[in-house]
Amino acid sequence: MKRKWLSGPYVLWMVLFTLIPLGVVVYYALTDSVTGAFTLSNLANFANYWPIFLRSIWLSIFATLICLLIGYPVAYFIAHCKPSAQRLLQMLIMLPMCISFLLRTLAWVALLEDTGIINNFLTSIGLSPLPLIRNNGAVILGMVYNYLPYMILPLFTVIMKIDPRLIEAAEDLGCNSRQVFSKVVLPLSVPGIVSGITMVFVPAVSTFYISQKLGSPGTILIGDVIESQFKAAYNPNLGAALSLVLMVLIFICVWIMNRFTNEDDEESMVTL
Amino acid sequence: MKKVNRIFTVIVFIFLYIPMIVLAVASFNKGMDIAVFQGFTLNQYRELFRDDDLLRLLGNSLIIAVISSLIATVLGTVASLGIHSMRGRLRSAVMALTNIPMTNPDIVTGVSLALLFAFTGVLLRINSVLGFWTLLIAHITFSLPYVILNVMPKLAQMDPDLTEAALDLGCTPVQAFFKVVLHEIMPGILSGALMAFTMSLDDFVISYFVTGSGFVTLPVEIYSYTKKPIQPKVYAMFTLIFVAILLLMVTMNLLQARDSSKKLRRKEAHR
Repeated sequence: MKRKWLSGPYVLWMVLFTLIPLGVVVYYALTDSVTGAFTLSNLANFANYWPIFLRSIWLSIFATLICLLIGYPVAYFIAHCKPSAQRLLQMLIMLPMCISFLLRTLAWVALLEDTGIINNFLTSIGLSPLPLIRNNGAVILGMVYNYLPYMILPLFTVIMKIDPRLIEAAEDLGCNSRQVFSKVVLPLSVPGIVSGITMVFVPAVSTFYISQKLGSPGTILIGDVIESQFKAAYNPNLGAALSLVLMVLIFICVWIMNRFTNEDDEESMVTL
Repeated sequence: MKKVNRIFTVIVFIFLYIPMIVLAVASFNKGMDIAVFQGFTLNQYRELFRDDDLLRLLGNSLIIAVISSLIATVLGTVASLGIHSMRGRLRSAVMALTNIPMTNPDIVTGVSLALLFAFTGVLLRINSVLGFWTLLIAHITFSLPYVILNVMPKLAQMDPDLTEAALDLGCTPVQAFFKVVLHEIMPGILSGALMAFTMSLDDFVISYFVTGSGFVTLPVEIYSYTKKPIQPKVYAMFTLIFVAILLLMVTMNLLQARDSSKKLRRKEAHR
């Protein structure tokens, strides 16, 4: 029996609604918005947006590194809890993701605003208010807050799978706890680190709401530019060209990242 | 060291839940300003249940989430069975196809579908194709990979002898699937369906690009609040949603815990 034909409808669906749309993006990116003739000017226009691209990349690299530094100890701690506590903590990490990220970002605005909760508190105890919002720091905070769970969960999955006998063996062979970590635990968590970095970096570099709410007009990101090409300026051809560049950039990043893991594990992208 | 790590983890959890606390407190606030607490009231909740527009938007979100996650779960589970029997190149090609929406940033998925629909609209000479159907197609598309990635590992874990045994005992392949395989992979199907449902309910970026004026979901409406001030009853609504999801997750957790302790006991009985 040809069981593989069972995936026929699915493959058809994915070709129709993921492959062909990407083809349409390429088509729009390479045609003129008025005449519809072939042109490279949309892609060439990308040079004007290069500083914004660079800013998006820098801010999201920062946010990704902070997520890794915060996420690793947390994942490590959860992985060393009892199974029942593990399930509970894992659930608590996923729970905030179920509430609209727009509203959570608005809550951060309320906290960081010049007359917001934190500054109101500071003035009430006699301190001067701090400039907490509309700067790069606030945008990075928004990214870290929103995407931290995407870092913790894959790290946790990988650390939990590390065979405790390997750690015992390293200890028996004379490693101290720091050596055990750097020579055994860390190398074995590389697949989790890689998928965590990918899962934080990709949404962070392409975000468009966080920067609008927590940043200033001077800190707009490439996602904001793409969004405005579709919703405000209405130039879908330029928007398509910028999306294409963003997509290629991300595919290159993901490809480089995946070089670090030798495993050709097909489910390595998401393991929740 | 362990103690330091414990304190650090607690701090991170507080960080994760600060905005939730802000929203929950704001839902009981008498004043309009989220940053100034002016006294306790339940009025926002009363207001919420009188606001037909807001409830209709929530209804829209739920309709899309239920239908799209159901279709994605069935289509994805059937597809997983097919992919499971594939080998080599074909299998990597299909898995690469599955990974496209996962690796692509949401904004690119949204833009590409919006352009596809716009293009189809031009071809069919329809002014505006954006609405319920485009939203549904988009949600099914981004949910499908999550179902597949949850079901595939369960299929791989399953003992192939079980299906063989069922067939030997006279089951047709369809019977074997419903009586044996489905039972074995059910946890994967359920977690895939739950993920698809919550992703759909919470999705803003992709919906924003493929939605028309006719059919709007809750997150898309909240985005438009950048222009007008947000009404406190929205906080009340999300506090209720938060509590509902919390209860759902706790129940799932308890069921899982019971299930695994049952399995453990069965294993011990075997010995």
